[in-house]
This record gives sequence, C-alpha cells and structure tokens, in this order.
Amino acid sequence: MRRVVITGTGMVSPLGCGTEVSWSRLLAGQNAARKVTEFEVEDLPAKIACRIPFGDGSDGTFNADDWMEPKEQRKVDPFIVYAMAAADMALADAGWKPESDEDQIATGVLIGSGIGGLEGIVDAGYTLRDKGPRRISPFFIPGRLINLASGQVSIRHRLRGPNHSVVTACSTGAHAIGDASRLIALGDADVMVAGGAESPICRISLAGFAACKALSTQHNDNPQKASRPYDADRDGFVMGEGAGIVVLEELEHAKARGAKIYAEVIGYGLSGDAFHITAPSEDGEGAYRCMQMALKRAGITAADIDYINAHGTSTMADTIELGAVERLVGDSASRISMSSTKSAIGHLLGAAGAVEAIFSALAIRDNIAPPTLNLDNPSVETKIDLVPHAARKREINVALSNSFGFGGTNASLILRRYSGN
Amino acid sequence: MSDIAERVKKIVIDHLGVDAEKVSEGASFIDDLGADSLDTVELVMAFEEEFGVEIPDDAADSILTVGDAVKFIEKAQA
Repeated sequence: MRRVVITGTGMVSPLGCGTEVSWSRLLAGQNAARKVTEFEVEDLPAKIACRIPFGDGSDGTFNADDWMEPKEQRKVDPFIVYAMAAADMALADAGWKPESDEDQIATGVLIGSGIGGLEGIVDAGYTLRDKGPRRISPFFIPGRLINLASGQVSIRHRLRGPNHSVVTACSTGAHAIGDASRLIALGDADVMVAGGAESPICRISLAGFAACKALSTQHNDNPQKASRPYDADRDGFVMGEGAGIVVLEELEHAKARGAKIYAEVIGYGLSGDAFHITAPSEDGEGAYRCMQMALKRAGITAADIDYINAHGTSTMADTIELGAVERLVGDSASRISMSSTKSAIGHLLGAAGAVEAIFSALAIRDNIAPPTLNLDNPSVETKIDLVPHAARKREINVALSNSFGFGGTNASLILRRYSGN
Repeated sequence: MSDIAERVKKIVIDHLGVDAEKVSEGASFIDDLGADSLDTVELVMAFEEEFGVEIPDDAADSILTVGDAVKFIEKAQA
C-alpha cells in the first residue's frame, strides 16, 4: 500500500485559534475550563466547559468573521464554521491549493462530527412547534447535516475527490484520519483533508451528557480542577468544542512538491466492544485489540512506542484504557510516556481524535510529551509515565493516539517521525 | 421610496449581505444579487414574517426582483 504523511494541520481549540498557539499553551500547562456564561446553567448539573476563546482574532482568539461571511454563518451550525477555519489553516499550512482538474480530483475531504448541529435542531423544533412548518428555514437541513462540514470545505476549495464523513461519537476524529489515510493508501485520492469538528456546548447537550453520567459535576466552583484524568477525584469529562483538521498526502506526492512533513501515519486500528451503549467493556478487551491492530498494520511492536495520547476523559474508564495499554506494552511500560491532553482542553467529542492526533504529531516534531494536568493523586499505580502537571522533553519517534466512543467504537492511530526513508 | 420598499430593501441587504446601492427596484435576487434558490425561499419567508402576509408557493415563484416583492406586498396589504 502507498505511504501517507501529514503535511498540514489546522486547529480551533479551547486553547486558541491555530495549531501553534494551542500547542504552545498546552505545553505551558494552560487550562481552558471555565464556567459557562453564555446561557443559563443554574439548573444544569454541569455548569462548566472548555470554550473556544472568542474574540477579534488577535492573540489566538477565534473570530468567526475571519473564516466565513456573517451571512453564511447564519445558515450553518458553529461546527461547520470551526471546520472551515481549521481546513483553511491546514491547507495553507500544507501549501496545497489545487487548481488543475487533475489536482482537484485527486484531493478529497473526510471530516466528521460526533453530534453535529444539535442546538440548531432544538431551535428548529421550537420554530416548528410555535410558528409551524412554513417557518422552517431552507438552510435548516444543510446547516445541520454532519457531512456538510466536508461539503462546505469541498465547495470552498474545489476539492473534487472523495467527499465523505464519519460519525462515531468520540472516535470520529481518529476514524476520519484513519479512513482518509486508507483512501490515499489504496489510491482513491492523493491528498485528503481530514479530521473532526464539534460545537456541542449548549443546554440540551450538557443536560443529555449529564444524564448519561458522563460529565464532571463536582468541580463547578473550580472549573480548572474538573478535568483530571487518572486522578482519584475525577468524576466525569468536561465538554470542549472546536475542530482539528489535517492534510494527509501520499508520500511521493508530498516529496515531489517539497512539502513539509510532520509525521507518517503508519498504523490504524478499529474495533468494537460489543458490550454497552455508553460504558467500555470492563476488561478493556476492545481497546486492546484496537491498539494491537494498529501495531500490526504499522509493522512495529509495542516496544517501539514512545508516547501515547490517551483517550483519558477523566472518567472511570481511564483505568480501563490504562489496563489495556499496560497489557499491550508489557515490559516496555517504564519507557513510555502517556498523557491525556483532555486535562487541558476538555473533551472535544467528534473533534477530539483529530486534535489529539495533531498533538501527537507535534510531540514527535518537538520531542516533547504534553502534560496531564491535575494529576495530584493518581488512583492507580503504573510504571507508565503519565506526565503529571508539566510537559516532558524526551525522544519521541512513534506516537499512538487512542479514541473510544459511545456504542463501543474504538480507533487507534500510530504516527512515526518521517526522516527521509 | 415607500415604507414597504424600504423595509423590503433592508431585508434583502441583511439576508444576502449585499451593498445597499445594488438593491434597486429592478434588481434580480438571483442574477444581480448573488442569491441561490434556497436564499430566495428564505427571503420570501422573511417578507412573510415582516409584513404578516402569506405568500403562496406559486406566487413566490414569480417574485424574482425587489420590485416584484414590493408590488406583491403592497397588493396583499391593500
């Protein structure tokens, strides 16, 4: 199969608008959690979230008008605006602007979202109830459909290859990058714009995830302490929002145009727990097989892994993942660093796997493991370095990124430093 | 310009994000103001909301310009 590399990245994260600003703030130990003030939260069990820093676009803030005309923004849910922004950044970063028929047809899009335009659906429901069907906007459907992130990016940049999408809850972003890599490996495209986008921070979503017992509700008064993967006081995830998009490219195609290469996508695994709608199987068997499949595809062993970006949501499931990783890596545990960047940016649901894959690529580029914040009192003992509190400089040539979603859907990506051979 | 014409013009400017001077009476939503077929559906909905009139689908199909909209609304409110 053909080899696939990452040649561009773009990101809108709770730490900032842009890959580099998000990454530098992540390494500095910044934490994006805060009380939600944009809508009523007093009657909600979870009153906190990791919101994008909205602003005028300076100092890493996100100004939607910089990425989409106001009249177009009105027609779509914010996850599509985030996807457009991150895709613009990724394509500019990659220096890929297909203009010929041939280049446009060789370039596809595969962007997913976990839950898509939930808030817009709620609002349209009120309109339908209160004003009747004639008041439903013609933009209601195309502004909410999950694959319209891909559709809009495709239209803006004239990307005429595969136009696809993924919906696998919190595994979405990782599946999107993995599946898009496959399309390139199999020769269906030479370049793919891939990742995830999510804008879930609204009343119905906070209420719904809290009802599933998934959200942190005990740290409302101290939001920055709420996301604490592996810590004894963790009690659920903190919701985040944003988008992560990469430009994936066939290796020879990238080399021929002298593109900058972040890392090579060498492994991809997928599995199902077949256990429960929201809880992972208690023995971590699904997660284990997922990572194992990615290793097999990569043609490496667990001893080759340097860094793991864990799914690590700050729920009870953290220890299940950790157990599966320990089983996978065996005696290599003591040489591996594994962190959960959700401790800083919260859980971006369908965007999480893509943002975290980008962080993994940057960990390789810069030889540094980002920290797990708030890990004051680990609930488990492990030989694996969980990178508590502060980033750690260390050699990182191979990184594994895990994502696990409701429905028992698992995805693992393995990236490796590309050093010219 | 009549009050109705001013209000129609304002809706068109807001929804299509076009400059005020382009929104002349003869301006076609699609040919001159960059609207697509979904934009025109939304414009008609906005006229209905603003003026409290009902614009049936077959009538909506014949509202192609700013002037068409003004004429329809003036007639409906007469």
